[in-house]
Amino acid sequence: MKFSENWLRSVFDPGLSSDELAQLLTMAGLEVEAREPVAPAFEGVVVARVCAVAAHPQAERLHVCEVDAGAQRARVVCGAPDVRAGMLVPFAPPGTRLPGAAIERATIRGVESSGMLCSARDLGIGEDHSGLLEVSADALPGTDLRAALDLDDAVFTLKLTPNRGDCLSIHGLARELAALSGKTLVFAPQPRAPVVLDEARRIVLEAGAACPRYCGRIVAGVDPRAKTPAWMLRRLQRGGVRPISALVDITNYVMLELGQPLHAFDLGQLAGDIHVRFARDGERLKLLDGREPALRPNHLVIADDARVLALAGVMGGEASAVDDPTTAVFLESAYFDPEAVAEASRGLEIASDAAHRFERGVDFMLADRAIERATELMLAICGGRAGPLSEGRGSLPSRPGVDLRPDRVRRVLGVDLGTDAMADILGRLGIVVERAGEALRATAPSFRFDLAIEMDLIEEIARVHGYEHIPASLPAGRAAMLPVPEQTRSIEAVKQAFARRDFFEVVTFSFVAEELEADFAEQRDPVALANPIASQMSVMRSTLLGSLVECVRFNVARKQERVRLFEAAACFGRAGSAFREVQRIAGICYGAVLPEQWGQAGRPVDFFDLKGDLEAVLGAHLPSFMPARHRAFHPGQTARVLLGGRAVGWLGTLHPRLLQKYELAAACVAFELDLDTIRARELARYRTVARFPPVRRDVALVVDHAVAAGELRSTILGCGGVRIADAWLFDVYRGKGVPEGRKSLAFRVLLQDTEKTLTDAEVDEVVARLLEVLKQKHGATLRS
Amino acid sequence: MSDVDAIVADALAEFAAVHDPAALENVKARFLGRTGRITELLKGLGKLPLDQRRTAGGRINEAKASIEQALEARRAALRDADLERRLRAEAIDVTQPGRGAGNGGLHPITLVRARIEALLRSMGFDVADGPEIESDFYNFTALNMPANHPARSMHDTFYVEGGSHVLRTHTSPIQIHYMQSHRPPLRVLAPGRVYRSDSDATHSPMFHQVEGLWIDETVSFADLKGVTIELLQKFFERTDLAVRFRPSFFPFTEPSAEIDMSFGEGWLEIGGCGMVHPNVLEHGNVDSSRYQGFAFGMGVDRLAMLRYGVDDLRLFFQNDLRFLRQFA
Repeated sequence: MKFSENWLRSVFDPGLSSDELAQLLTMAGLEVEAREPVAPAFEGVVVARVCAVAAHPQAERLHVCEVDAGAQRARVVCGAPDVRAGMLVPFAPPGTRLPGAAIERATIRGVESSGMLCSARDLGIGEDHSGLLEVSADALPGTDLRAALDLDDAVFTLKLTPNRGDCLSIHGLARELAALSGKTLVFAPQPRAPVVLDEARRIVLEAGAACPRYCGRIVAGVDPRAKTPAWMLRRLQRGGVRPISALVDITNYVMLELGQPLHAFDLGQLAGDIHVRFARDGERLKLLDGREPALRPNHLVIADDARVLALAGVMGGEASAVDDPTTAVFLESAYFDPEAVAEASRGLEIASDAAHRFERGVDFMLADRAIERATELMLAICGGRAGPLSEGRGSLPSRPGVDLRPDRVRRVLGVDLGTDAMADILGRLGIVVERAGEALRATAPSFRFDLAIEMDLIEEIARVHGYEHIPASLPAGRAAMLPVPEQTRSIEAVKQAFARRDFFEVVTFSFVAEELEADFAEQRDPVALANPIASQMSVMRSTLLGSLVECVRFNVARKQERVRLFEAAACFGRAGSAFREVQRIAGICYGAVLPEQWGQAGRPVDFFDLKGDLEAVLGAHLPSFMPARHRAFHPGQTARVLLGGRAVGWLGTLHPRLLQKYELAAACVAFELDLDTIRARELARYRTVARFPPVRRDVALVVDHAVAAGELRSTILGCGGVRIADAWLFDVYRGKGVPEGRKSLAFRVLLQDTEKTLTDAEVDEVVARLLEVLKQKHGATLRS
Repeated sequence: MSDVDAIVADALAEFAAVHDPAALENVKARFLGRTGRITELLKGLGKLPLDQRRTAGGRINEAKASIEQALEARRAALRDADLERRLRAEAIDVTQPGRGAGNGGLHPITLVRARIEALLRSMGFDVADGPEIESDFYNFTALNMPANHPARSMHDTFYVEGGSHVLRTHTSPIQIHYMQSHRPPLRVLAPGRVYRSDSDATHSPMFHQVEGLWIDETVSFADLKGVTIELLQKFFERTDLAVRFRPSFFPFTEPSAEIDMSFGEGWLEIGGCGMVHPNVLEHGNVDSSRYQGFAFGMGVDRLAMLRYGVDDLRLFFQNDLRFLRQFA
């Protein structure tokens, strides 16, 4: 909300500087978001009347003007195209400093010029430079311009929270300021307009609690061309309201002043009674903004006997709008229920100053005062005659008493203010307080809609007392230890493990382009957003792989040659009709296996490098890898990652088709794992350390190309009983000496007995049995 | 017996003249070998008269000992010289870079999140999370924002297909989940991703919050101030950090406050807080007549920007390696 500081001070002046006023408002929860002077600093500019205008003898576009500035007369050369005799304009005499220039006596094309006539832009109070700033006729020549135009003023912009609709007006703010500064403010009673017309409209309330009060009045014989006075225009403009016509401006002015939204209908367009009712399904109304929504039965409307006139509390209709030929108006000042207005305003997505106020709650005792105020202004500015006030009235919102226990206030705030101070604060806010022994019973005023429970009152006490005056303390909690599970690693620890393996963590958006999902996700049908902000962010990703590829591409485009990234985040999918989320961790490697360095031959990263990383992070004995297929990966270089027999994710080389599509020149290897599953760790369980030395034997096996090394190793480990302690692959060979279609896999086998040192004969026996099994199971022969 | 002295002198001279261990051993043979000059002298002893034998033998043995000592010394010197040469040859340029893989690093958002977790854990806070696709009930209604509540418009909400669910607009729904699954007293913190359909230089459609909740019988607004001030001062490791609590409005807390902080000039909005609204406690199955407490929410991205001097929020989501490396 915007308002003129001077206007507020004219209603209630707290006796504070501008800075202090802003501070007081902000620290009371009415945040001052901005405060801007309406004019920059300048002095000495006065109002002057242009007495005579003559053409400049030397210059076609210049005029020589005689001006009357009260105490002095001056001759000024002026280039404004619109200068004319009789107009009142700002005059900067020689010696004046304007925001952009210092004014000096000067000779312009041979004619002496003593000063300057100013446009709005010359003075820094507007953008208009097409002509002079014309001052309204009620100013006297010689008057200081700052006084004449009330330029020593500032526009405050408040960021009001939705609970404080009562502060959306000058009177509301004045009332709040008085309460905060402990001063008394009594608004003068509003005089009733003289009723000289007996014409009225009957008001029929048909919507119950949605509109329990509606005041209306006819004002006839108004001048549709009446000009809005300059002081009112200034206050409207500084309040952020665009002037339209005197009749409309007056209703807006009263809204800014008192907080009561008003509407003026063109009386000539109304047929019969005024009905406040809910719309009939499908009824249509062309609104002032040109839209014509189809109405529903939950939309509150104003109608006459023939048709819908306005969306109650939101916006008027075009047909009954006040415009040029209007000479009689029907003024509306009503209380509409916040819910009812919100239904229409939100449902139809129509925002307006009126709806903004009604949704937050408008003082239900204000309607008659506001309509009298508007009538007063209308008669004064537009002339005309007022009819009697018609009022429809149902049961107004109730304000039940709320019990406040001072002890509870103490317990919640952690400070003892004393019951008297609490009662005083509430009283200042217009809350009626009754005392019953130690307890207080509080009844909220009609302008507050946020004081329904004890906590609401405690908040008001804290706020007015000042949060800064509540001490800070540390709570005395019950001592308790948090569990430290040893069989579950923290997400943090898993991330750290990847960081230590030379991966950088990234954070990318959870929503991606549908195409990215189509390229990288195992399952189709991603969860879509109903209102994405861009098509690149339209579906919730089910995999992190696509986002990582995009990150690689981003960095490669910035000349990074080696990129290793990971991300841990939720992935989204469906479980029947519900949504499902799984935390995953995924990583990607692009470029050389090692950073460029001396003494190490560079080579591109491959599947087994990343597999090594996974084994290191997961614990080398835990995961196993099975050949598999995945949409995003090379069909011959894809593995399902298993932990304890359970599939926990994927490892693979990015499919060449995707490399090409995403413009990556080198191979990319990536993995994605179920984060919660891989956090599990086995609790260490001690086993006897062998006291006898192990024996190593190397066996180079020749097998068919298709035989998997992992299966061979499983067989080796499985067939030696307890005596084969470990076995690992140390060489892979294809080529000379090995038949076509076969390969040589060399294993080092570690034999061990916990009871004694193995003899050569025993070792030979184990190895012979091993070779026999390998031959039968895998067709393995010993390489000669 | 000047010839014995001469032999010793010769030996010493010859030892000194050789520069490699093999030559030295050859020289040694000429004096101490089987036909060496000292050996010959010893062999000749038997021909001497008995009375001279003892004296002569003594002198020869002395000479032999001198030569052996000189030989040992010369051997050591040659060994030392040899080692010296090898060491010189093996000298490396220690300024050449070390080899192997590099080290990665965690994202600054993670660093900040971990820091807050560590600080609040040390005060006994548990850590919780909740779903990011959240039902309308948990994101709004349970937090005292029924349909049509004006505060809903303060959240630029992303709706998920179907309309019954949203991308959580704050981490506050985790409060409800946690209260429903734990019995008070409660102390919990809930960091996570949140979403608002807002995107410009200072807003990202996805960002991070951390939520703190403390419920017990007498936890007060004064305690809320104490804990948040402590957290911010410990987070920034600055005791001169000023924290201001500015009255505000959130449907789920009452009294509510914005948390502003200052390093000395100007206030920066860092989060919101307040005493948990009784309706919210009831939605979490907590008896609001017995229990009360506070909740606070802070912008993790904002904290990261202030902590590390990052001046553009969007950098966190671009994942430029040149940016990420700065936090390793």
